[in-house]
Amino acid sequence: MEDFLEFEQPIKDVEKKIEELKKFSEQMDVDLSGSIEELRKQLDLLKREIYNKLTPWQRVQLARNPGRPDTMDIIATFVEKFQELHGDRFFGDDPAIVCGTGIIGGHKVMFIGQRKGKNTKERLRCNFGSPHPEGYRKALRKMKLAEKFHLPVVCLINTPGAYPGIGAEERGQAHAIAENIFEMSRLRTPILCLVIGEGGSGGALGIGVGDRLAIMENAYFSVISPEGCAAILWKDSEKANRAAEVLKLTPKDLKGLGIFDDIVPEPLGGAHTNPAAAMETIKAYLTKTLTELKAIPIDKLVETRYQKYRHIGIFLEDQQAKVVMLPGKGVVESALPTPGEIAAAEMGEAQAVEEEEDVKPGKED
Amino acid sequence: MAFDGLRRFISRRKKPIPDGLWMRCEDCGATVYKRVVEEKYRVCPECSFHFTLTSEQRIAILVDDETFVARWNNLSPSDPLQFKAESAYADKIREEQARTGLKDAVVAGTGDIYGKSVTIVVTDSRFIMGSMGSVVGETIARATEYAKDHGLPLIIVSGSGGGARMYEGALSLMQMAKTSAAIARLHEAGGLFISVLTNPTMAGVMASFASLGDVIIAEPKALIGFTGPRVIKQTIKQELPDGFQRSEFLLEHGFIDQIVPRPDMKDRLAQLIEAFRPEPAAAGKLS
Ligand SMILES: [Zn+2]
Repeated sequence: MEDFLEFEQPIKDVEKKIEELKKFSEQMDVDLSGSIEELRKQLDLLKREIYNKLTPWQRVQLARNPGRPDTMDIIATFVEKFQELHGDRFFGDDPAIVCGTGIIGGHKVMFIGQRKGKNTKERLRCNFGSPHPEGYRKALRKMKLAEKFHLPVVCLINTPGAYPGIGAEERGQAHAIAENIFEMSRLRTPILCLVIGEGGSGGALGIGVGDRLAIMENAYFSVISPEGCAAILWKDSEKANRAAEVLKLTPKDLKGLGIFDDIVPEPLGGAHTNPAAAMETIKAYLTKTLTELKAIPIDKLVETRYQKYRHIGIFLEDQQAKVVMLPGKGVVESALPTPGEIAAAEMGEAQAVEEEEDVKPGKED
Repeated sequence: MAFDGLRRFISRRKKPIPDGLWMRCEDCGATVYKRVVEEKYRVCPECSFHFTLTSEQRIAILVDDETFVARWNNLSPSDPLQFKAESAYADKIREEQARTGLKDAVVAGTGDIYGKSVTIVVTDSRFIMGSMGSVVGETIARATEYAKDHGLPLIIVSGSGGGARMYEGALSLMQMAKTSAAIARLHEAGGLFISVLTNPTMAGVMASFASLGDVIIAEPKALIGFTGPRVIKQTIKQELPDGFQRSEFLLEHGFIDQIVPRPDMKDRLAQLIEAFRPEPAAAGKLS
């Protein structure tokens, strides 16, 4: 596999040119610093141009780049005193999810991360980051342990999806994911989730329910893989680039839909171009957010978490046929939002899009 | 997403059915009298395969006559992603609504089972394969909160080959968390939730509320699981064992409590509700 993507070719070309000029100037002892400087400027412009308008599919490709800092890199770089805790106490120890205690920026945490593996042998062992039920059950067991000792839980998500196999089904893949979602929705300790690469469907959600949902700038989170979506829509997985467009799976889209809270920026060109800088940013984000979450009284934290999930969704309601999204607004007691709430939504206190009753949903804005 | 289960069934219907009086069993392939099937709760007289029911038929079988009150039926799907491929989600919604008379893939409300009130939710696989988008998620959450607030048992009859609905993207995925969180609250309040699984219950539906029943019962031979059999086959490149991901397979592996044939379903639900009904005297003693 090339360590750069097709759309990055122009950047690689200029970089190569610069290298050639440097070599030439050394060998021939001529001063080419002017030309090299000119090319550097060109390169900088080119990078900005390419990386500032990545298509969703290009972002998916960056999210899958094996050079990105992964769970094991992060543990090695800034999780202090990490002690891995293995096993689900029922069936086995799934290496596709790594759990353990450690310290991040002075905060003691329970660390849970999905792992794809760095070389062929590891990748096969980790099923390329697709966990089995015992992986989800291990994660849940360690989260319960964290709850008992009031340790915040940090979940790093990076999976193409939960493993599709006979054993996984025999051991209750669906059940394991459901139990995790159920328990994470009410766990009485802070939970911070960060998507560092791929956020593949239920397999991501199985360790992805928390007080704060964050996603790296070049990561994605989707109900189905772009390839799977393309296979359904066009009977052609090669059309994944088009599927990536329609699925609205980029961090910016996901934040707009009221699903993600924060986007963690990456170095220009993606986290793999400068892993050290990327991890510095991740560490700073986790440290700051853990401080914030730990300051919230636990009852309030759990209630806020419930309300957060309770209000994700966009639909038409009532004869007034309004698209009402009320993030953080309660409609718990009454089946319908009160007229006051609807009015507040219209006034922009919450996000609302008005639609006429006779207008078909999905019209262009 | 697991569309393949249903697709496999559809593709099995090879030969055309002789005339309107007959139908072919999608499981055993036998040609059977439609009238006999209808009289027998839409169960195959040859192999007792359970054919799909509409939400209306399901409610008629489970709920006492004239006691069902539809609730939360003022919700309908929007098109939050402006999803457009060869066909648009917005058009699909309109077509499905016109064809089924439903607003989305769910019908919910309250009703009686032998005189005892329950909150009941039924997904309807005629509408985009019973998949869960914002409306299904919200309806289940509201029904669950209603059951909690009114101390009613909650029954959810699931049947979705599609799981989380692709056309609403990550919003559909998050309905798994929304419904599960609501069920967690019902659980904490001591409410009873009986999950009924019908053919097929897969993917995001099975990996959320459908798996979270205090008691989980399934109709016979229903396809139940996370990943669809076609995708598993493609991935592992080997044949799947006989009966893989069927109700009987799940019972054997310990993931459901009972398999209940359709004609017995209402009685069984009543018995379970009665079994878990707190005795007034015991409630005081425990605390
Ligand atoms: Zn049959």
